[in-house]
Amino acid sequence: MIEFRNVSFAYEKNRPVLSGISFHIDEGENVGLIGANGAGKSTVMKLLLGFLQGEGEILVHDIPVCKDTLAEIRKICGFVLQNSDDQMFMPTVLEDLMFGPVNYGMTKQQAERKADEVLAGLDIAYLKNRYNHRISGGEKRMAAVASVLAMEPEVLLMDEPTAALDPYNRRMIINTIRKLPQTKIITSHDLDMILDTCTRVILIGGGTVAADGPAEEILTNKKLLEAHRLELPLRFSGSSI
Amino acid sequence: MNRAENALYELNEMDELANGNSPVHRFSALAKLLVTVIYIAVTMSFDRYDLSGVLMMAVYPYVLFQLSGIPFRTCIYKMRYIIPLIAFVGIFNPLLDRTAFVTIGRVPLSYGWLSFAVLFAKGMLAISASFLLAATTRIDAVCAALRKLRMPAEIVTVILLMYRYVSVLVEEVGVMSNAYHLRAPGQKGIHYSAWGSFLGQLLLRSMDRAQELYASMLLRGYHGEFLYTAEAGMAGRDWMYLLTWTAVIALLRSVPVIQIIGNLFM
Ligand SMILES: Nc1ncnc2c1ncn2[C@@H]1O[C@H](COP(=O)(O)OP(=O)(O)OP(=O)(O)O)[C@@H](O)[C@H]1O
Ligand SMILES: [Mg+2]
Repeated sequence: MIEFRNVSFAYEKNRPVLSGISFHIDEGENVGLIGANGAGKSTVMKLLLGFLQGEGEILVHDIPVCKDTLAEIRKICGFVLQNSDDQMFMPTVLEDLMFGPVNYGMTKQQAERKADEVLAGLDIAYLKNRYNHRISGGEKRMAAVASVLAMEPEVLLMDEPTAALDPYNRRMIINTIRKLPQTKIITSHDLDMILDTCTRVILIGGGTVAADGPAEEILTNKKLLEAHRLELPLRFSGSSI
Repeated sequence: MNRAENALYELNEMDELANGNSPVHRFSALAKLLVTVIYIAVTMSFDRYDLSGVLMMAVYPYVLFQLSGIPFRTCIYKMRYIIPLIAFVGIFNPLLDRTAFVTIGRVPLSYGWLSFAVLFAKGMLAISASFLLAATTRIDAVCAALRKLRMPAEIVTVILLMYRYVSVLVEEVGVMSNAYHLRAPGQKGIHYSAWGSFLGQLLLRSMDRAQELYASMLLRGYHGEFLYTAEAGMAGRDWMYLLTWTAVIALLRSVPVIQIIGNLFM
């Protein structure tokens, strides 16, 4: 359902960030996108959403990502930004949740019902009428996920969903992610979380796909991870600590 | 909290005020917007010595403060940085125009002071009216009303984004000034030698964040059109609101009410 065909991209000439990336993601797959800082993970997501244009071809449901298809693509792919403050731009949580659905043609009443449903599903109904600037970081992250789910995307893109969360909220998010049926692409340096939520891992390094395979296989390959400035998930590093 | 964070907090509080539920809040944004524009235009049109006329215009903000339940002192507090500017606009009038028009006791009061007072009163009334609009109407409703008035979508989007970006900007100032002061303890303000790079950084950072914010709006289907533009119309009671205020404002403008009341008692 998502395909990158030989995609290259550079922010500045002569400094390619990605050079010839190819992968294919099937419906319902949960894929962890990992790599060192600056490897190009966020760039991959921005290319997929059409915020950046590179060379090569990107397809979502066989629709090529280009200017004319952006609306369609963005309806299919929901994106949870790394910084929830940038994601939540309406005064209250409810309004934020309604923003997307109403833009896509729902009436206010329908959109509010949708919001209620999503909030209840994530167990955060109590946030409904709270102001975005008066809720905690963890609550905001949950609300940001909710605002994306309210759009009923088929694919969820999440950039560092557990960054800056305390263990309790991190666990909450992980449990939530596990329950969601959508196809997911998750970037993170929190490899334990990736292991908990993804069955497949794509490792980006040196501008290309350095490894692509089952999560357990890649996340236990100490040599490979260390070559990309990553470490084994804590649960595998066992005796070495 | 540093000063920038404080300012941000206050800005967010405007959203909370606007989400209130008084009778004034419930009128349509379009009606309130039109009344505000008419009111400010008419208030500005008074002669520069017509103090009693201008003061009568206070009826409108007075009634709205009462109806909306928003305390006048909230307005004064939120506008505290603007009020000195209003005073400044007319500050030279008393020096330029010294002809006395009345003598109270032995103190002559000049036309300069009179026009200063009129200018200040006009400014305060305009500020109060704008504040009342902002405190009783949500920004997206105002934007939808502007769209209803055929304002181009691009301009309305810019207005909405400016409103949202101001908070982004203020937040970045807060973060940066914290970072600065952590490494320059005991310094008051930011040393002028750092202003250039501080401003440059601020611009870049807010542009980055603004882009993210706009991206997340686009991702949720924003296309320059407003959510509730269709609902931004006016029902019967909104027409009543608009017509009543237009009539009252016209009356206050054309009839020297204070003189009439004065005459009754003379
Ligand atoms: N706007 C930009 N202009 C120029 N270069 C950029 C820009 N954004 C990112 N880069 C560069 O592109 C490379 C990839 O950045 P990207 O944000 O995709 O990395 P990432 O894998 O998401 O890293 P992180 O783990 O730190 O989030 C980095 O080397 C970065 O310096
Ligand atoms: Mg990143």
